[in-house]
Amino acid sequence: MSPGAGIQLIDLTYIVSVVLFILAIKWLSSPATAKRGVLSGEIAAALALAATLANPEVREYKWILVALIVGAGVGIPLGMVKMTAVPQRTALSHAFGALSASLIGIAEYYVGIPHVSRFGMAEIGLEVVIGSLTFTGSLIAAAKLQEVRFIPQRPVVYKGQNIVSLSVLAAAVLLIIALVINPEQPYLFPIMVIVSLIFGVLLVTPIGGADMPTVISLLNSYAGFSAALLGFVLNSKVLVVAGALDGSSGFILSVIMCKAMNRSFTNVMFGAFGQVQTSGPAVQEARTVRSASPEEAAQILEAASKIVVVPGYGMAVAQAQHKVRELFDNLTKKGIEVTFGIHPVAGRMPGHMNVLLAEADIPYDRLKEMDDINSELGQTDVALIIGANDVTNPAARTDPSSPIYGMPILDVDKAHTVMVVKRSMNPGFAGIDNPLYYNDKTLMLFGDAKGFVGDIVRELSGNSSH
Amino acid sequence: MPSDFLSNLYVFILAGFVGFELIKRVSPLLHTPLMSLTNALDAIVVVAAIIIAGRHETRLSVILGLIAVAASFSNMVGGFFITDRMLRMFKTGKSKKS
Repeated sequence: MSPGAGIQLIDLTYIVSVVLFILAIKWLSSPATAKRGVLSGEIAAALALAATLANPEVREYKWILVALIVGAGVGIPLGMVKMTAVPQRTALSHAFGALSASLIGIAEYYVGIPHVSRFGMAEIGLEVVIGSLTFTGSLIAAAKLQEVRFIPQRPVVYKGQNIVSLSVLAAAVLLIIALVINPEQPYLFPIMVIVSLIFGVLLVTPIGGADMPTVISLLNSYAGFSAALLGFVLNSKVLVVAGALDGSSGFILSVIMCKAMNRSFTNVMFGAFGQVQTSGPAVQEARTVRSASPEEAAQILEAASKIVVVPGYGMAVAQAQHKVRELFDNLTKKGIEVTFGIHPVAGRMPGHMNVLLAEADIPYDRLKEMDDINSELGQTDVALIIGANDVTNPAARTDPSSPIYGMPILDVDKAHTVMVVKRSMNPGFAGIDNPLYYNDKTLMLFGDAKGFVGDIVRELSGNSSH
Repeated sequence: MPSDFLSNLYVFILAGFVGFELIKRVSPLLHTPLMSLTNALDAIVVVAAIIIAGRHETRLSVILGLIAVAASFSNMVGGFFITDRMLRMFKTGKSKKS
């Protein structure tokens, strides 16, 4: 076989991989076929890897093998993390993806110099800038999610922040332009990389908490697009396709997240949440709340025929999901219909609440999307809210002065009785007051989510044994 | 404008549209596995890293290439692994009893 035919065979293998990539995402669309999707992706990756190792351009295998083993050694433990830690694992993997894309771009520049064309320089410059800013941005996001010390989780805001961030971005763009005008300025290239790395830090530091799902999705899309740009640089169609798929996936998810919070991209990126509150009405009305004991809560739940549980990130923080599953099992055994209402931004990344509940062994056909559950809440006896706050706040529908006004919420106040498991009356992360708690049909269940739900379960099993 | 760029642009735009149409249809139930799977697919960058490292052009390109091989391969292995684990957790009420 001539070397030309060998290269063609490699290219054909890449085409097969690309087809399998697309099928992988197609099959992932529903739980019934999703496992087939993963298998398809795995075969595609294995084929592409084998074809690449067979490429005659590869002349040295020993260190590549070592690097692959190191990669597997890092990847396997990262694949074994608990579902609560999946958001930070995801952010870290965006960092790794962006890191490798930008390192390859950097290597390509220094290998190519002094024969880098202006056009090629524009591609490399853009690719390396996006890759580098995604790398540091994702590292900061991962550190915030992991609650690493010295990295503030809350949004960090200072005066003139946006001006500083935008000037750094402008500097990166100017450096690309300078390099395009004359690519033979190898000393400018590292400065461009450093400026982009700094911009990544500035981009993500001011964002936190409830905005994390949007940030992760956005970084996902940047990581994808940097890989696609690398495909342009190296003229590799398989990278262009994989990057375009990953990039569009992240982009769609960010749009979904923004819509679920009724906010725009610019608002998420440049207007930190939780800052608006200071301007809110400081009127402290003496409003009364009604609270209930685990015993009373158990009685009410037992008397119901239809219950909707609304979980939020607080449930994950309290590690209450397994107690919630016990509650679910107990009530279901008594013939009570229990479903879960999942808001799109509940949790710290898209779909986070679903994997948490699936990990706790709750059947996925009991997990309902916001629109489906909202049409059922009117006929629901009890809405039980565990660790969710803003996504149930009726002020989003009624109070134009509320910072979350216009955000689509779960209409739990339409249920006959509302029960809220909450540590205290302190407002949630975003610091927005929730009128739901003062509603006549609301009962506050004060305590730790795990402990309180456990107490309810004990009451329920005690009653049935009598 | 180089012709390579134009043909890559064609591929990019078409793949972007295909991705958009497919991902729109993914159930929100599976958005977390979707992100980890696309992440693993994106780790195909490893093939470019292997070429860069394997060509043995300069010391710098080999070192950067090898780091890129390790970083992207960890995404590939970890991404497929965790997606598979997550999907195993998704059970219906009926299959749960068995």
